[in-house]
Formats: sequence, structure tokens, C-alpha cells
Amino acid sequence: MSGPFLDIDRIIADRETKIVICCGSGGVGKTTTSAALALRAAEAGRTVVVLTIDPAKRLAQSLGVGELDNSPRPVGQLDTSAGGRLDAMMLDMKRTFDDVVISQSRPDKAAAILQNPFYEALSSSFSGTQEYMAMEKLGQLHAQGRWDLIVVDTPPARSALDFLDAPEHLSSLLDGRFLRLLLAPARGPLRLMSVGFNLVSSAMDKVLGGQVISDVKTFVTAFEALFGGFRNRAEQTLQLLSSRHTTFLVVATPQRDALREAAYFVDRLVEERMPLAGVVLNRVHSSALDVSADRARALAEDLDPNESGLEIEALRLHARLMRVIDLEKRLIARFASSRPTIAETRVRALPTDVTDLESLRRVGASMAQPD
Amino acid sequence: MTGVRPPFGGPRHSLHIVSGKGGTGKTTVAAGLACALATRGRRILVCEVEGRQGIAEVFGVGPLKGSEERRVTRTPAGGAVFGLAVDAEDALLEYLETFYHLGLAGRALDKFGAVDFATSIAPGLRDVLLTGKVYEAVRRKVRNRPNSYDAVVLDAPPTGRIAAFLNVHEAVSGLAKMGPIRGQADSIMEVLRSARTVVHFVTLLEDMPVTETEEAVMALRPTGIRVGTVIENMVSATPLRPAELAAAAAGQVALNVPGWSAAQNAALGAEFAIAAAQTAEQQIRHDRLLTLGLPLAQLDFDPAGIDAGALVDVARQLSAQLDLEVG
Repeated sequence: MSGPFLDIDRIIADRETKIVICCGSGGVGKTTTSAALALRAAEAGRTVVVLTIDPAKRLAQSLGVGELDNSPRPVGQLDTSAGGRLDAMMLDMKRTFDDVVISQSRPDKAAAILQNPFYEALSSSFSGTQEYMAMEKLGQLHAQGRWDLIVVDTPPARSALDFLDAPEHLSSLLDGRFLRLLLAPARGPLRLMSVGFNLVSSAMDKVLGGQVISDVKTFVTAFEALFGGFRNRAEQTLQLLSSRHTTFLVVATPQRDALREAAYFVDRLVEERMPLAGVVLNRVHSSALDVSADRARALAEDLDPNESGLEIEALRLHARLMRVIDLEKRLIARFASSRPTIAETRVRALPTDVTDLESLRRVGASMAQPD
Repeated sequence: MTGVRPPFGGPRHSLHIVSGKGGTGKTTVAAGLACALATRGRRILVCEVEGRQGIAEVFGVGPLKGSEERRVTRTPAGGAVFGLAVDAEDALLEYLETFYHLGLAGRALDKFGAVDFATSIAPGLRDVLLTGKVYEAVRRKVRNRPNSYDAVVLDAPPTGRIAAFLNVHEAVSGLAKMGPIRGQADSIMEVLRSARTVVHFVTLLEDMPVTETEEAVMALRPTGIRVGTVIENMVSATPLRPAELAAAAAGQVALNVPGWSAAQNAALGAEFAIAAAQTAEQQIRHDRLLTLGLPLAQLDFDPAGIDAGALVDVARQLSAQLDLEVG
């Protein structure tokens, strides 16, 4: 049992679709899906840029995305007969953050911010920064107007919902109540609270150390001027995500954890009325041999190990593959029956890792094909 | 705490830390390890620190709330496993209560957003609070505190984060230079470096997990924290010799199942070629892991996936291959 077919080629052909975002939990093949979709669209004639987050080394090499880049480069060996183009890049979150700071403030202020130890930590290890910067980069790419389709890979989050929640987390941290109180503890009506607040703030001081608090204050004061702009940009990009030119793909594999995360994401997108095209199921196993697991095992038991050792092993492996296929079918059916209106497409499990354009083409073809 | 060894046999380690790339089965292995340790009346604690409720999920129980340490299973060998989902905000409030006697006033901190603020702006602080809670649980036995455990298993952050997470000295270097946080970090570090603490890595025999395992092992070397076993998960053992595997992978083997048509035999042969190639790749990755010079363990691939029943089997396989007991 499965849901309606998710028609990737129709999405690609629709010139009104300008942004496709691939989300899902870590390890399900989002980067591969994004790259495969972008390649297929480019070879169908669209002018495409794909923003990747964490590509495996060999795939990154095939796409020509290097660690030193923070802007898109053309992908070589493309089939350009349909008049399309593909540029690719890998997100450098720290550099993206730095560039925003530099472009939005005077040089001296920018320098002060960039050297601030709190900013150092915030721009490299704060959870949420990567998601925020992916959004920022998307906004920048969109504003450039050089491509008619932007495909966005999302960070390998702990959970599929991080992509939607994390940017807000960063914003509210920088805009948060406690921070405001820290900066202006003695003004107006806040004085009434000041006894409790001082206890708290002195404990924070001891726990975090005076230097941390001081760094934070300095940072926020310097950052204040451009923070408003920062927030506006984030809001604009959020608007982009809900527009009729954007669509989301939820990527998963036919495994318990991945499907559970996919279900949460689907529900969340539906709740927030964000445009969800459907679910891409990666690494789905199949067999051209119509022999059940039980039958294969029975056959293997009847063979003589001295004469048919290889046949026995081949049958044993086939039996195991059939059990995997069975389990996957059940998990997919359970997902489909709980969310029957969601479109889906399946990508066949490939025998080897996807590391070059040719295997990306096979992934794209499998994605575009009704099962 | 220096190497205090149990006098009459017991768990070799008081703290097992289990890491691995996301998706390799880290939580399942941590849970299985806890079960393997839970013999003969022992109490074992398994904890997680990233709010995923993975422990509740794998044991099939309701979510672990706040700082509760709830029994999640009794084992056939006669022990009990308890689960704890460590929460940084709770840990900070406990900490403020213990060291600053903020108690109820501390609860009011949340109204100011202070707790969220503190644990967010200083990721190092968050990590110290999380490891601090695990450390406290480990130390109870030695200190004769109530609710102590014979061993603690930590379902730790993944390979990309593990060295930074465990390196609490680095984590607090930007924070208070003196005072309880500093002292706390020092004590935690001492326990992490002791012979009674060990880090295991779970991996699949696939390219990225193996690469990340190698990188994490390297990253831990300068910390002095001991690495134990690399656990190869979902391994498909083969009775075939390398030459046979290579021939099969190259499609040079013509299979002949009696009574089957040529087409069926060809289809089986094609499938077999792919499986053989994959097994050969797994062999290569296994050889890479051998060069780490660490003990390796293998867990079978179970097509049915993991549920509470399968945990018993994981526990059995871990007991047989890991050096868990003294004497």
C-alpha cells in the first residue's frame, strides 16, 4: 500500500517552483537527494543552484564544491543540451555569519564583533547557527536572482524539526529577556525586581565567570545595531519558505527512526501550512527474483554443501534480502496508512555509494519513476 | 578517584561511554551493554544527554522525565537497568542549589530566562553540566550514597562531537577560572581519564562511519581518555573465502540451483554479485579499523530490526566479545 505518486519531473518542469528544500533526520541521504534533484532539473533545462551542507568527500569532489568556497561554482560534465545549468556550493556557516556582520556594519564595529570571544563561540559551535546560516544563504542566493531554481540541503540535525526551530532559538537568545535585563538592570520598573535579579545575576556571574558576561554584553551592544536587520532578513527568508514558489521534500529511509522523524516533519509542515510536495524514500530494497525467504531457505537446506556451497550462500543472502524487503514494506505501509494524502516516491538502493554524476543520474531517474 | 578495583570480581569499568556516527546503532548498543552488565543483582544506569528519549524508545517504556532514574528493565541474569535522560537546565538548577543554595529562588530563574540563557550561550557550560550529572551518578558507589550503581553506561554524543564533549577542561577554559565550576571540571576529568572509564565506538562497515570513527579515536588521544572496543554493527558474516568473494563480485560465478530456469539462476547470480561486492567492501573497512590497534567486536545484522527482545541478543553478543568483568 502506498500514497499518491510524488512526481519529481512535474515539480522540475513547473517554472513557478523556484525553491525546493530537502529536510529529514540525519543519515537518510538528503544531500544525495538534493544533488540528484538539482542535476536532473539542470539537465531538463532549468538554471539551478544547489546549496549543500555536509557532503561526503568524494561526492563533494564530483560536484566541485570545496571547503574554501562560500559561493556557487559551475558543475562540470553536465548535459547542457536542454539549455540548463547547475552551480553547486557547500555552506560555510562561520563565513556566512562573518559576511553578514561585515556587510551590515561599519568596519570598526564589524572588527569588534568578529574578534569578540562570545561571537567566536556563537558563530561556530552554537546549535542553531548552521540552520540559521543556511536560511541566510538561501536568502542571499534568492536575492541574486541568477537561478530559476534553488535546491536546499538542510543540516544533519539531531531531529528533523531543528531546521524550523533552530533559527528562532538563535534569534530569541539574542533578543531574550534575560539578556535585556542584563544590559539594563537598573531602569524603571525593573528596580522592583532587582533584589531577586541581583541574586540571579551574581550567581550567573560566578557560574559563567565575569569575563563571559562581559563578553556577551559587549557583543550584544555592538551587535544591537545590526541585529534588527538580522532579524528582518530571517523573517523575510521565513516568508520565502511559505510562498507559493517554495516546496518542501521530506527525505527518509524505510527504517523505524527515519520514518518517525519524517512523520513529525510532515505533521509540522502541514500544521504550519507550509508547502509540502511529499516524501522521498531512499535506499529501498527490491529483488528481481520472485522467490520468498522461506522458499530460499528451504532450498538451501536441501543442497549439498560440498557441491553447492556458493548456491547455499547465495540463497541465504537472498532470503535475508527478502526479509529486509518485507520489513521495509511493512514500515512504509504503516507510514502511508497513517498519512494517506502525502505523496511519496521511492529510490532504489544502489549497490555502491553515490559519489559521482553518473550515480546521481541513476538516483534522479529512480526518484522520477513511478514504482 | 584512582583505580579502585572491586575486590571479588565485578564490572571492570564503572563508566562505559558509547559513541558512534548517527545511525550506526549507538543507542541500541548502549542499551545492550547495560543489559550485559546487569547480572546477579547488579544495578546499572544507562543515560542519554541529547534529549532524544532514545533509551525510552529502545526499552519500549514511556519518556524519561526530568531527572528521574527509572527502572527500564530487569534482565534474565537477575539484574536491573535504570534509565536517565540528563537535562542541562535541570542540572544547572541542581548545581545552583548545591553550590549557591539558590533553591526556590533558583526555580524563579526561569522567569528571567536565565537558565536557558546560561546553558545556551556557553556550550561548554552545558557539556560540563551534562557530564557532571553522569559523574555524580558514577561516584555514588564510592561515596556510599543511596541509589548507587554498579556501573554507568552513557549513550554519548556522536563521533563528530565526542572529543569536544568529553574534553571538559577545554570546555571551561573560557568560563570562571576558579570556583565550583572549575573544580567540578577537574574532578570530572580525573574520572574520565581513570582506568575505570572507557569509550567504545559503534560503527557500520561503511565509508563515512569508519572515517568518523578513525577521526574520533585520533581526537581523543591527547585527552588521556581510554578507548575500549570498536563495535562493528550490522555485520554480515560470510563463510566464503576472499577468492570466492572476489570471483562472485566480478560476476564470474555461474550459479546452478537444481530445477531453476536459466533466468532465475542469472537473477540470483546478479544479486549474489552485488552482495559479494558489498561484503568485500566491508572486509576492506574492517581492515582499516584493524589498523587502529583496538579490539574489535561484531554484532550480527538482524533484518527484523531491533526491539526489546532483540536487546537480549545484543547483550549476549557484547558479553561474549567485550572484556566486561574483573576476574
